[in-house]
Amino acid sequence: MKKLVEKHPLAIRWFHWVNFPVLALMIWSGLWIYWANDIYRLGWGDTTLYKFFPQSFYDATHLDHKLAQGMAWHFLLMWVFFLNGLLYVLYTLFSGEWRYLLPNRHSVREAIEVTLHDLGLRKAAPPVQKYNGAQRIAYTAVIVMGLGSLLTGLAIYKPTQFGWLTQGLGGYEAARVEHFVLTVGYVLFFIVHVAQVGRAGWNNFRSMVAGFEMEEVPAPAVGAGGPVLTQRQPDARV
Amino acid sequence: MTQEVTPSPENPIPPGSSPDAALDREATRRTRRSFIGLGLAGLGGVLGWRYLLGRPDADGTPAPFRRVMDANSRLTAAYFRETRLAPEFAKSLAVREVRTNGDAGLQSPLDLAAWRLAVQPYGGGNAREFTLADIKALPRIEMTTQLKCIEGWSIIVNWAGTRFVDFLARYPLATRSGQPIKDIANPPADLAPYVSLVTPDEEYYVGLDMHSAIHPQTLLCYEINGQPLSLEHGAPLRLVTPLKYGIKHLKRIGTISFADTRPDDYWAEQGYDWDSGH
Repeated sequence: MKKLVEKHPLAIRWFHWVNFPVLALMIWSGLWIYWANDIYRLGWGDTTLYKFFPQSFYDATHLDHKLAQGMAWHFLLMWVFFLNGLLYVLYTLFSGEWRYLLPNRHSVREAIEVTLHDLGLRKAAPPVQKYNGAQRIAYTAVIVMGLGSLLTGLAIYKPTQFGWLTQGLGGYEAARVEHFVLTVGYVLFFIVHVAQVGRAGWNNFRSMVAGFEMEEVPAPAVGAGGPVLTQRQPDARV
Repeated sequence: MTQEVTPSPENPIPPGSSPDAALDREATRRTRRSFIGLGLAGLGGVLGWRYLLGRPDADGTPAPFRRVMDANSRLTAAYFRETRLAPEFAKSLAVREVRTNGDAGLQSPLDLAAWRLAVQPYGGGNAREFTLADIKALPRIEMTTQLKCIEGWSIIVNWAGTRFVDFLARYPLATRSGQPIKDIANPPADLAPYVSLVTPDEEYYVGLDMHSAIHPQTLLCYEINGQPLSLEHGAPLRLVTPLKYGIKHLKRIGTISFADTRPDDYWAEQGYDWDSGH
């Protein structure tokens, strides 16, 4: 028989879905800004493996000649990105959700097991819990990355008044590179995240919108009562 | 927490149906409600964003974006301290070939010998004129700082000139009462809040807040790498302020004046932040 299990609190779902378009627009307006001085590449010496970005990318996206607009969007949405992230962190702290999200001493081993399993190199699936080790590491890392984007962004935005920060990050040019690399990190996170959501299926995706998951449970003994609504108990291992 | 689903008008369990079917109905109801909610929130977001973009322009950008830029500037101004300096570098790190970017205001012919800097006193009256020799008679400051272009590139440049604040200390033209600035941390109360700099042909013009203008690293510059400025770098006199992006480093200064409100600014009129400060 089935059981309806509460998975994601409403607040977490809001933070998640507000962040999605805001971060997307931050990246998009960031590309408008980056276009004005698009010097980064992967490579060494005269060898370039990949240039950020090839002309074909600009031709397809029309993100050229929008520097002023890009800065205007970026410096408005930065507030939404910052406040949403701050409220999320405060919520997880005060609600106790951090217990499911922060990596613990099992997370690295678990993350390796999960990765091997997902790549088809390991048969045994890791035990089901709210977030496995790989998720704990990824979801915590992306919050740290968010903080990194705020700090490197501030270091580029106000390099004299926040000179201590800019110098601490290795200087103005270095902070700009770091800001860019973090953005590439979000894009990679997004690709893996969407692929994993696709693999996990409808039930899991729905839980990020509606908050609950349906679970199959063994039928209870006769007379033990009907279907149940349960709140997932905190993981025993925390 | 475990609770039984009890039959209710909202969630009836018809006689004879299985418990799973009741749960499925509950799940469908919540799913539908949540996805409609998400859809409406998304629609609201799109409409709200379109509304923002459709607001009347304020200098090349929709007014709400301009207001946020200005609010960011006020926040920065509240945090601003003239004692915080832009980093300086060893002279050997300065580039030999200083990049140029744009020649607005430099396209008119210029007779260097006839050039004068005109300064309109804040208190009113006739403009005062200065020769380059007058500027060079003031203390010479050399500094090697990073020039940051708003496009995103930066270069380290060796500059020399006189501090704008030293100019104002010698020629107290920025106060209504005519008193000089003795201490930049405690300037006279009647100091003008804004400075305007314009090229001789009035094709390029920038506005600065007075705090940035009297910062110890804001120079009336006449040398790069120990050499007099070339025409393309703004001969005979240009502004250098590592507190601002390159767009504020006006070349070939013609007129300086003071104002109570933000002076016109070439790039701010095209959608850029008026402050463009660091």
